[in-house]
Amino acid sequence: MAKVIIYPTNSLILSDLVERFGHKPLAMMEKIKEKVATVGVDSPPLNITAEEPKNGLKYAAVEVPAGVRGRMAIVGPMVDDAEAGIIVSESPMAFGCMGCARTNELTKFLIRDRGIPLLELDFPKDDDEGQEFVYKIADFLKSLPDGEAEA
Amino acid sequence: MPDNEDDVITKLVVLGSDSVLPIDAALKIYESKTGIVIKETCFGTMVTGSRADVNQVVKEVVALDKNHIFVKERGFPPGDDRRCRASRGGGTRPGFYFMQEEAGMLPIIGKALDNYEKGLPAKEVERKKRMKVSQLKDIIESTS
Repeated sequence: MAKVIIYPTNSLILSDLVERFGHKPLAMMEKIKEKVATVGVDSPPLNITAEEPKNGLKYAAVEVPAGVRGRMAIVGPMVDDAEAGIIVSESPMAFGCMGCARTNELTKFLIRDRGIPLLELDFPKDDDEGQEFVYKIADFLKSLPDGEAEA
Repeated sequence: MPDNEDDVITKLVVLGSDSVLPIDAALKIYESKTGIVIKETCFGTMVTGSRADVNQVVKEVVALDKNHIFVKERGFPPGDDRRCRASRGGGTRPGFYFMQEEAGMLPIIGKALDNYEKGLPAKEVERKKRMKVSQLKDIIESTS
């Protein structure tokens, strides 16, 4: 089972497909869950502590806005941990934790820079593109070590 | 870090199925386990409980229509003050917009998964190319 980082990092479709084909998706939701469930990290409506922007310094320079560094404190370790990646562009919407364009640019750059097996494609708009989208992702995931056939 | 089976997690079960309704999924969950909290929503259900229980129950629900039911983990538990619209003065919760967009794509993805399972060959897709600036310039000049 390979750890596959997905972009957009909160994607339902990508998270499901990666798990469906026998791998572990590295997604934002699980990291947020760790923050939410950790006693002592509770500052509604934010779950970022003062430590996060400091940790983010590993991935973004000090003059970069704190919001980017705060996000990178969560996304950066996921990129470091990844053994493969799927980047889907032409995202229809990227709200919530995906809402920062500069963080998104930096995330995509860091994934590409890792040199891990990577699949890049666009979100589908019709049936034919959908078929191509799923087939490419399925073949990519099956080509990774310990990739399993669809359960 | 290995996943702890006793961790309390929340999973979103999103239905893109024509044959399974949110109530069918909820009933399936009700009859499965007692140590699980579920919340029915317009797009499916949210299931909260220990990792082992949730994974087991979600597996059973997905088996109802495996290519058309999609699952992802959720960071916040259902009803969390930081996300629940009841305590935030209404409106859509953050993160719903993207999921709503993706939920609209689920029929396409489900159909493609059906085809993949049947072993149908992949189709060649011709994408529209963006017009070159020189072409646009030619059009503008030809009409002036």
